[in-house]
Amino acid sequence: MKSLTRNILLTAALLVAGATSALAASEADFKAAYAAAEAANKEAASLRNQWTTTAATLAAAKKAAESGDFDQAVAQAKEAEALAKASSFQATSEKERWKDLEIR
Amino acid sequence: MSMGKATSLVSAALALATLALAAPAAIAADTPDPVADAKAFQKYFTTKFPKLKLEDFVNGPYSMNEDLHRQWEEKEQFPPYEFALESGKQMFATPFKNGKTYGDCFPNKGIGIRQNYPYFDDKEGKVVTLELALNRCREANGEAPFSYVKDEMASLTAYMAFTSRGKPMDIKIPGDPRALQAYQKGKEYFYTRRGQLNFSCATCHVQEPGERIRAEVLAPALGILNAMPIYRSEWSGMGTTSRRFTTCNSQIRGVPLSPQDEEYRDLEYYLSYLSNGLPISGPGARP
Repeated sequence: MKSLTRNILLTAALLVAGATSALAASEADFKAAYAAAEAANKEAASLRNQWTTTAATLAAAKKAAESGDFDQAVAQAKEAEALAKASSFQATSEKERWKDLEIR
Repeated sequence: MSMGKATSLVSAALALATLALAAPAAIAADTPDPVADAKAFQKYFTTKFPKLKLEDFVNGPYSMNEDLHRQWEEKEQFPPYEFALESGKQMFATPFKNGKTYGDCFPNKGIGIRQNYPYFDDKEGKVVTLELALNRCREANGEAPFSYVKDEMASLTAYMAFTSRGKPMDIKIPGDPRALQAYQKGKEYFYTRRGQLNFSCATCHVQEPGERIRAEVLAPALGILNAMPIYRSEWSGMGTTSRRFTTCNSQIRGVPLSPQDEEYRDLEYYLSYLSNGLPISGPGARP
């Protein structure tokens, strides 16, 4: 009996967790995602290697948030963060890799 | 000592000796050698395009494609940069409010000196391009600087290039280690991939000159700056070296730096040095 109750509770907890993640994104979610993307893009700027697509995606995130579509806004902000991180990775890996292209 | 042990010792000693000999070679490979670089760079292009004379590389895509070459010859009857050249000549001769002129800021009154730019300024410890020197001249004489990318700056540099036409590019790298470092940084910028498209300058202008990227025929990096500034049909107007660098960056989805940032100055220094000996052909026209 004890084990059955535990299983029911566990299933209920999992269901609640699933339902929460399926809930629409909030303004707070957008703000957090946007701040993370901006921080990643700032890092790329310090490496002198920002991408135009990061800026465009950040702008799209902001626009979606302004129109109240926070799902879209969060998705765009996460995309922008990924782009910014990729540009930083590129800058770092190219520190040595550029030599492979050199005409000698 | 057994025979096997003796052989091992000899092998180890030989390996150490090889390493000791290889170490200076590895250091030498990392030390910039502009003379060797320029030789290898020019050889690469002349081998890739064996029919082209060295001086023809300054004509960019027009030297790579016969049809384009014919169009260009006709275009040169009434060159599209002529208006810029005329206004540049006029601006150059017109005194500032204080009575001085551009000529007062340059050696030989600014005539026939384009081939010496950019140069390494040992007082500043940095590379000075012609565009930068022109704006510094304006500011030193109480005038507001011009935009680096087009219009007045393109006109002024068009006129100065015209007075140097046919003169071989003659960039010097003095003994100052900072000059060599600027050259090396320019080289690094040239070969570094950037932007979301992951292109370096070399991706287009070393690996693919003569090939098309969409409708454009790519110019070879050798001699590419000798034709600056250029009238580009795509721009419907004139553009400077600064415009060329910044638009190249944005075309590969990279955020361009500000015109005349140190990276661009070093890049111009490196690229110009590699084209030493090739004639100044600016102002140019491009599709």
